[in-house]
Amino acid sequence: MRQLTHLERLEAESIHIFREVVAEAENPVMLYSVGKDSSVMLHLARKAFYPSPPPFPMLHVASGWDFQALLDHRDKTVKEYNLELIVAQNEDAEEQGINPFDTGSALYSQAQLTDPLKRALTEHGFDAAFGGGRRDEEKARAKERVFSFRTASHRWDPKNQRPELWNLYNAKKNKDESIRVFPISNWTELDIWQYIALEQIDIVPLYLSSPRPTVERDGLLLVVDDDRFRLEEGEEPVERNVRFRTLGCYPLTGATQSDATDMNKIIQEMLLATGSERQGRAIDKGQSASMEDKKQQGYF
Amino acid sequence: MTDQTPAQNSSFQTEALIAEDIDAYLDQHQHKSLLRFITCGSVDDGKSTLIGRLLYDSKMIFEDQLSALESDSQKHGTQGEEIDFALLVDGLAAEREQGITIDVAYRFFTTEKRKFIVADTPGHEQYTRNMVTGASTADLAVILVDARKGILEQTKRHSFLVHLLGIKHLVLAVNKMDLVDYDQATFDRIVGEYTAFANEIGIESFIAIPISGFKGDNITAPVGGAASSNTPWYDGPALIDHLETVEIANFAAQARTFRMPVQWVNRPNLDFRGFAGLITDGSIKPGDAVRIVPTGKTSTVKSISTFDGDLDEAVAGQSVTLTLADEVDCSRGDMIAVADDPPEASDQFETTIVWMSDEALKPGRAYWLKLGPQMVSATVAEPKYEICVNSFEHLAAKTLQLNGIGVAELRTDKPIIFEPYTKSRQLGGFILIDKFTNATVGAGLIHFSLRRAQNVHWQPTTITRDDHALLKNQKPLVLWFTGLSGSGKSTIANAVEQRLNLMNRHTFLLDGDNVRHGLNKDLGFTENDRIENIRRVGEVAKLMTDAGLIVLTAFISPFRVERQLVRGMVPDGEFIEVFVDTPLDVAEQRDVKGLYKKARSGELKNFTGIDSPYEEPENAEIRVNTVEMTVEEAADHIIAQIMPLK
Repeated sequence: MRQLTHLERLEAESIHIFREVVAEAENPVMLYSVGKDSSVMLHLARKAFYPSPPPFPMLHVASGWDFQALLDHRDKTVKEYNLELIVAQNEDAEEQGINPFDTGSALYSQAQLTDPLKRALTEHGFDAAFGGGRRDEEKARAKERVFSFRTASHRWDPKNQRPELWNLYNAKKNKDESIRVFPISNWTELDIWQYIALEQIDIVPLYLSSPRPTVERDGLLLVVDDDRFRLEEGEEPVERNVRFRTLGCYPLTGATQSDATDMNKIIQEMLLATGSERQGRAIDKGQSASMEDKKQQGYF
Repeated sequence: MTDQTPAQNSSFQTEALIAEDIDAYLDQHQHKSLLRFITCGSVDDGKSTLIGRLLYDSKMIFEDQLSALESDSQKHGTQGEEIDFALLVDGLAAEREQGITIDVAYRFFTTEKRKFIVADTPGHEQYTRNMVTGASTADLAVILVDARKGILEQTKRHSFLVHLLGIKHLVLAVNKMDLVDYDQATFDRIVGEYTAFANEIGIESFIAIPISGFKGDNITAPVGGAASSNTPWYDGPALIDHLETVEIANFAAQARTFRMPVQWVNRPNLDFRGFAGLITDGSIKPGDAVRIVPTGKTSTVKSISTFDGDLDEAVAGQSVTLTLADEVDCSRGDMIAVADDPPEASDQFETTIVWMSDEALKPGRAYWLKLGPQMVSATVAEPKYEICVNSFEHLAAKTLQLNGIGVAELRTDKPIIFEPYTKSRQLGGFILIDKFTNATVGAGLIHFSLRRAQNVHWQPTTITRDDHALLKNQKPLVLWFTGLSGSGKSTIANAVEQRLNLMNRHTFLLDGDNVRHGLNKDLGFTENDRIENIRRVGEVAKLMTDAGLIVLTAFISPFRVERQLVRGMVPDGEFIEVFVDTPLDVAEQRDVKGLYKKARSGELKNFTGIDSPYEEPENAEIRVNTVEMTVEEAADHIIAQIMPLK
């Protein structure tokens, strides 16, 4: 008799989900944002199919405003584990005049994230896409299924989701329909960090504190990641010890002041923190149910 | 003590430890176990408030969420100026306006000892499907009752559903004790009423806790104390203490014999062939003897291969990859099981079906059935009955509507490997998928196979059934007498046996009444029990024919399908159906045992011919009419049919 720890149980469940999809879907893909949740997912995928490599490509939706350190980490990881990488990006953003400074957050995320994602899924004919959504992130996600069914236009219909009993997942679908699969649905932010520490998973250094050039704007602490960052009048980058709890487009993602330079300190800060991890994301602002609206449109 | 803050609680994570010694805290957190539970209650039982309270007390709510909550409480709240915890957990935008949760939502919180996953499900009648979904993965159920209202119809319905889904640990949380002045008599009365009900539906045990989700009483125990000072008369555990100590279902699974359904075959190169799966039962070590089901091939485990290196042992609940010592055929849907106790495979089952689609069940229509990694085509027969989730009565039904629960026979197009649901949830629970819309339309629980098990591995015996029969110089037979009560089955069967005995034949008479004194004394007269009664008699008769005997059985056996079932158990030509044809009025007039009188007066329920049907045989091998024939004539007629003079 052996008492399995909660992390062992979560790991086993996630691996089971990965294998179900690979066994039943024709053309799966993993949405790889390079963030901490994606890093855990990749680690789980490698475990699920060991000694084979994960039998699906990684799809990264690049907004064009990603942190350089994130892109470096992505390329390093892909090379190290010999993964197939597909990058989806809206190449016409500049022409269309879309950028994180002038464009409203709804249109920006639609044009830079949702649309390129949908296009890539359609273009490659992926019928199942692993995503890193967790049920603890937000109220709307608490009700999300592990297998989330999408129409041919990638829309999510909250009224038409399939019941999930025991560990039985229904992956049947018609042509052109697809499923989003969330293997880490039942993990919390703490579980993610704890697992990263325990398994020594390599993550983007932006999660660890370091002196970085920052400006304070609209209550967010923004890092000036490259010279495209448009400084407003009177703004002068100040070097601060900061790190990120979540990674999005750098001009839209708030950093937190911190001296946490190792994993245990990060967890300590998180446990003593008073704000939720999405607090640093400009994209979620607006009405409290806005995640649901975004999800219905195809973003997650 | 009404206002417990996390810092005062012994159970929840202590900020001091986090701040002072994060390494020690993490070490502790890393060894936590995981318990999944479900909360059930009616709309106003305070379920969302309780969950909100658990999240709040365990510090799973951040300041930004709290400030959103405070402003929401003003807008939608039902608790006046106070924080409405319910708003933390209510969900999709459209539902929030209505102030009710209408789906399954999963919440997470953690204490010093355990991590918890809570399935939050609604109390409305039309959402049976959501409750069943939430209950399917839970180890424990918290049934909430409003102390002012006591046990409601919904309370019973929820209890029935979680019991049906096999949850062993039940907590009756009598909530809103603050609104009844923490009155012990109120609590005792509710517990008494629930105990009576629980016994009635077969719930073996439960624990009752008086709580206030709103005020915090008996949610967590205060430091150094057992119960809230508002309930000095209560000496049981606080809710969290109980949740932290109750045994996790995974432990029981580990104690069973080894089973691992194969999910995926891992073949990175010619030198490696691994079978990947989640172990559902038992444990396994390299060198253990295993059997592949359904092929029956045996081998031994060469290695338990994982990313973290080969393991010395793996247990239920772990996802692993096994390599075997021999080249054996094994693919997705097969099972690797302990060699000397493999599971059964069958293609006909008695099941309980929960219907989850707006479009009603279509008996006879083919659906996909998924059980573990097995996907087959299946048809469901017309339900034997539907279970009313309010009165638990068995109702006649031709189909099942959304949220309907019924008992029905199910056939698959090829045998599937299974265990009865009561023994293993993973191997006895299945879903049904519509072949056109691909929607999950139903869920089911397997009770037992209706057929001789297929592809199971019999212990081969040296002396065969032919040897037994040869020694007795006879052909084994089952003479299956069927007919109404009082038709004369036993009398005629007895006369036939006497004649066979005189002819030096080795016989045995299985009589309905006699069997019910022993082998089947645990069975009643519901349709379900009657089927089980016949199934067991069929098995016994089959064993006796294996031993070479001529078996005579005298059972009403009113349903064609069960007689068909027994016929399928023995080799062709060995089952002789003898229809003892006596009209109802004649049998009732005879009324040898006085049973018809009792049935007519309502004293006896489910009596064949009165309030339960008798389905006459369509093609019985032998038919005797007891109005036209005497017992002696009938017996002679039967002997003439089975022992023709050479």
